[in-house]
Amino acid sequence: MEKSEVVLEVRNLSKDYGNGPILKDISMTIQKGEVVVIIGPSGCGKSTFLRCLNGLESIQQGEIILDGQVITAEKTKWTQVRQKIGMVFQSYELFPHMSVIDNILLGPLKAQGKQKKEVIQEAERLLDRVGLLDKKDAYPRQLSGGQKQRVAIVRSLIMHPEIMLFDEVTAALDPEMVREVLDVMLELAKSGSTMIIVTHEMQFARAVADKVVFFDGGDIVETGTPEKFFTNPETERARRFLNTFTFNIEEKEG
Amino acid sequence: MQDLGIRVLFMGNNFERLLIGLWVTIKISLISVILSILFGILLGMVMTLKNPITRAVSKIYLEFIRIMPQLVLLFLVYFGLTKSFGINLSGELSAVIVFTLWGTAEMGDLVRSALISIPKHQYESGAALGLSGIQIYRYIIIPQTLRRLIPLAINLTTRMIKTTSLIVLIGVIEVMKVAQQIIEANRYTVPDSALWIYGTIFFLYFIVCWPISLLATRLEKRWKN
Repeated sequence: MEKSEVVLEVRNLSKDYGNGPILKDISMTIQKGEVVVIIGPSGCGKSTFLRCLNGLESIQQGEIILDGQVITAEKTKWTQVRQKIGMVFQSYELFPHMSVIDNILLGPLKAQGKQKKEVIQEAERLLDRVGLLDKKDAYPRQLSGGQKQRVAIVRSLIMHPEIMLFDEVTAALDPEMVREVLDVMLELAKSGSTMIIVTHEMQFARAVADKVVFFDGGDIVETGTPEKFFTNPETERARRFLNTFTFNIEEKEG
Repeated sequence: MQDLGIRVLFMGNNFERLLIGLWVTIKISLISVILSILFGILLGMVMTLKNPITRAVSKIYLEFIRIMPQLVLLFLVYFGLTKSFGINLSGELSAVIVFTLWGTAEMGDLVRSALISIPKHQYESGAALGLSGIQIYRYIIIPQTLRRLIPLAINLTTRMIKTTSLIVLIGVIEVMKVAQQIIEANRYTVPDSALWIYGTIFFLYFIVCWPISLLATRLEKRWKN
């Protein structure tokens, strides 16, 4: 991991729908190969923040810089930018009328204008990597939630994004399927992908993160290494948040 | 067997006349269906707009056409326009106007519901792949909309074909009118011809509509999510 190489920089980003700010003056820098995990209570703006990064939400102030290029300018070609920013959604959002392989190939063939024979092998290799090669001709309706989400990750990966955004990708899954998706993400992180992950899975956050960012009320409350953040958070707000994930049995009995 | 009413069919050019009448039915239905689909797609898209004026207008149009029996609409256009405004439309033209008005309303509502049934996230996940707006519609939204729409539109087509039998009442010589003429002309020689002639019409309608509804069923099965 070369510390000097900044992939994404966010400067003073603010968002406001008109009835109170959603995001207040957010700044963040993400190095190449870094895994940033954003956690925080529901409605704190963390998902909105991710959606701002690839232009699915407009912003009122600040700028976003990808690869040294300001992408929040007026004339931004979002179709180009979004090819460099992969995004995986909570509800998978595979295209139901296409087979798994067609879902994966749509981006490379149509957005990047590649030939099918150039990318089909890579698509199959990636499917194999997430253990779903035998499902390549299946339709999304024939897959379980966890399988769909793994396909969605491959669909995003094959575009060779500079950075991947994961928006609560396990939140809609049955508990026994969460693991298979997290394992894929963990492997991606180890192989040097640059990722921003919004999640409620604290154990996973601790295992995968290089940096933990705690959001509350549209603001970054605390930033730190996972070790520091999860064992000894600096702010009272973060401590209270983390406490909601632990159960104290003695107190209940008493 | 000499007395079987079916022989009426083969007297003179009776059967040929029935087929010509059927062609009038099909022609009016086809023109109305094609116009309804074109206008209906436009109406459906307009109906998804947030604008309160287009919403109100299209809603009133839809409700008015749906509540009004088709026969009343036919009489309104054919007799009403002539009496009140001196506009003299032929029966065929009146029929096409009424069935297009009706078909557009029904089709518009089908298009609207097909369009709004595509979740917003489908647009977003297409966008997140770097597809342009046109590509998102071409590869993601329109194929899904069509899969929901086509079976419904085909059913509407068969309904429209069947309902054109009403236009006999505004004097259009279509298959039903020809049948009545044949039955009247042979009232004394072949008194039971009604059963045979109307029976034939049953099969003619069946032959036209059955393949269409078969197609709808097959498409529905194939595209079932």
